[in-house]
Amino acid sequence: MQIQQLSIFVENKSGRLAEITEAIGKANVDIRAISVADTSDFGILRLIVDKPREAVESLREAGLTVSLTSVIAIGIVDKPGEFAKAMRVLADGDIGVEYMYAFISRDKGKAFVILRVQETEKAVECLEKNGITLLSAEEIYGM
Amino acid sequence: MQGISMQGKYFQPELECASREVLHYIQSKRLRKLVERCYNNVPLYKQRMDEYGILPGDIKDIDDVKKLPFTTKQDLRDTYPFGLFAVPRENLARIHASSGTTGKQTVVGYTKADVDAWAIGAARSIVMAGGTKADLVHVSYGYGLFTGGLGLHYGAEKLGATAIPVSSGNTKRQVQILQDYGSDIIACTPSYAMYIGETVRDMGIDPKTLRVRAGIFGAEPWTEEMRREIERLLAIEAFDIYGLSEIAGPGVACECHEHNGLHINEDMFYPEVIDPDTGEVLPDGVYGELVFTCIGKEALPLMRYRTRDICSLDHTPCGCGRTLVRMSKPRGRTDDMLIIRGINVFPSQIESVLLELGMDPNYQLVVDRVDNLDKLEVQVEMNESMFGDTVRSLESIEHRISAALQSTLNIVAKVRLLEPKSLPRSEGKAKRVIDKRKL
Repeated sequence: MQIQQLSIFVENKSGRLAEITEAIGKANVDIRAISVADTSDFGILRLIVDKPREAVESLREAGLTVSLTSVIAIGIVDKPGEFAKAMRVLADGDIGVEYMYAFISRDKGKAFVILRVQETEKAVECLEKNGITLLSAEEIYGM
Repeated sequence: MQGISMQGKYFQPELECASREVLHYIQSKRLRKLVERCYNNVPLYKQRMDEYGILPGDIKDIDDVKKLPFTTKQDLRDTYPFGLFAVPRENLARIHASSGTTGKQTVVGYTKADVDAWAIGAARSIVMAGGTKADLVHVSYGYGLFTGGLGLHYGAEKLGATAIPVSSGNTKRQVQILQDYGSDIIACTPSYAMYIGETVRDMGIDPKTLRVRAGIFGAEPWTEEMRREIERLLAIEAFDIYGLSEIAGPGVACECHEHNGLHINEDMFYPEVIDPDTGEVLPDGVYGELVFTCIGKEALPLMRYRTRDICSLDHTPCGCGRTLVRMSKPRGRTDDMLIIRGINVFPSQIESVLLELGMDPNYQLVVDRVDNLDKLEVQVEMNESMFGDTVRSLESIEHRISAALQSTLNIVAKVRLLEPKSLPRSEGKAKRVIDKRKL
C-alpha cells in the first residue's frame, strides 16, 4: 500500500518549475498529484507520477537532486466530516503526520489524500483496521 | 651506490640536499651580484637604496637582505610595463603578465637564463611529486600570458619527460586524453582538478582504471580537505606547487612525498616571512607575509618582493632528504582576507568547515553591507546523499553549517543551499568571493 513519491530540491529562481516539469514531460511521464513546500530560499517539489523510475532518471539526467519517499494514499467520500475520521484514526494511533496534500478524483465524488507519516506500516495497519480506503500504487499510477 | 639511488629521487641533489653552509655561500654570492645589478640598472632601486643610505658594498652576506627596501605590486604597476627590468628589452626571451583581476595587470620578463632557471625549479617540482623522465606530464593549466601552462611545460621538458600541452578547458577531452594517452601526472589549478574529477565520475569512469598517479596543483589556495577530495575523485596523490609570475611562475616551491610544507628553491628565490604591518622579519613557525628576493634572476631581479601570501617557514630537516626550507601551505592572501564585522577570515577557512561537514567544495561567499552591518552569505551546493524529503531536514543542514562557522571561526553567516552544479565551474582560478560592499 506504499506509493513512491518524488521529492526534488528546487532553488527559488523563476523558471525552475517550468524547466523541471518540462524534463519529465519529455520523458512522457504523467503527473498524478503535485505539491510544493517552500522557504524563502528553496523549495521541495513533491510529485506522484505514473512512472516514478523513468521520472527519476530523466530528472537526474537534467542535473537535479531527487529522492524517492514512501507515502500512502487514502480515498475519502467527498462529504463533510469524512477526512476528519481518517485523521482521528491516526491521532488515536499516535501516528504523526509530516505533511499531506489532497486532490479530487475525476469521478465518483471521491477525494484522495497523499500522506507522509512517521510510521508508514503502522499507519497502514491502523487505517485498514478502521475501514479507511487505501489505494495501491497501481491504482494511483494507473489513474 | 648512493649516486644512483639519488638520481631518481632528486633533480639536482647537489643543490636540493646541499648543507646549510653551502646554501648560505651560494645565496650570499648571488645576493651581492643582484644588489649590484639593481643599483646600476634599475632607477627605482638606486633611488630607494640612496634614500635608505645603502650602497651595494654594504651587502656582504645573505643575512644583510633585511637591510634592503621592500618591493610591492604597486611598484610594478607604477613602472608598468618594463620599468623595473634590469636588462635591455631586446635581451628578454619571454614576457608574461598577471591576470590583472585586482587592478592594472603587471608585466614580467625573463632572459633565456631566467626561463632556464624557472624550468629547473619546475623540473625539481615534478620530481618532488615522484615524476621521472619516463612520464607523460598532462598540463591542464592555461597557456598564454598566465605562467601556469608554460611553466610546467618547460619543467617537464627540462626533466626529459613528455609534456602534453592540453591547456585548460574542454573537460571531457581532458578525461579522454587521460584515458587514451595514459597521462602519468596531471598539473592544473586545484579547482579545475575538482572539476575534472567530477567529470570523470559523471562519465561513469572508475578513476582507478586511469593511469594517472600524481597531480601537481597550485595558483590558488586550497585546503587539506580539498586535497583528500581530489585524491579520491582522481585516485591520485596530490602535491601543492607554489609560484607567482613576479618571481618565476610555478616551481618556486613544491611539496615532496612527506606533504609537510613546500620546499622553496631558495638557491634562486630567497624567502623571508614578515609581519605585514611592521615589516619585521618573523621567526620559523610564525605566520606572516611571504617575501622573496630573486637572487638568481637577470631580467626582473626583485628585492624583497611582498607576495601578500600568508604562510610560515620551517628549516627543520625533512624526511625526503632535501635541505631546502619549507613554507607552509599558504593560508590565503592578505588581499583575499575578508573582514566580516571586524573578524578576519580567509575563504579557505570556510572551505575547511564545509568539507568537514561532508559538503562538496563547491561554494561561493557573498558579502554585503545592509544597514551598516556586514552580512555574509555562504552559498553551497547540495549533494544527493544529504537530501532529505522535508523542509526541516534541509533547514537542519543550514543550521548545522552556520553553527559550525560560528563556533570554529566566530563568524555569523547565513547559509543558502543551492542546486548541484548551479555555481559556475572554473577552468582556472575559482572565484569564491563576491563582495558587494561599497567600501
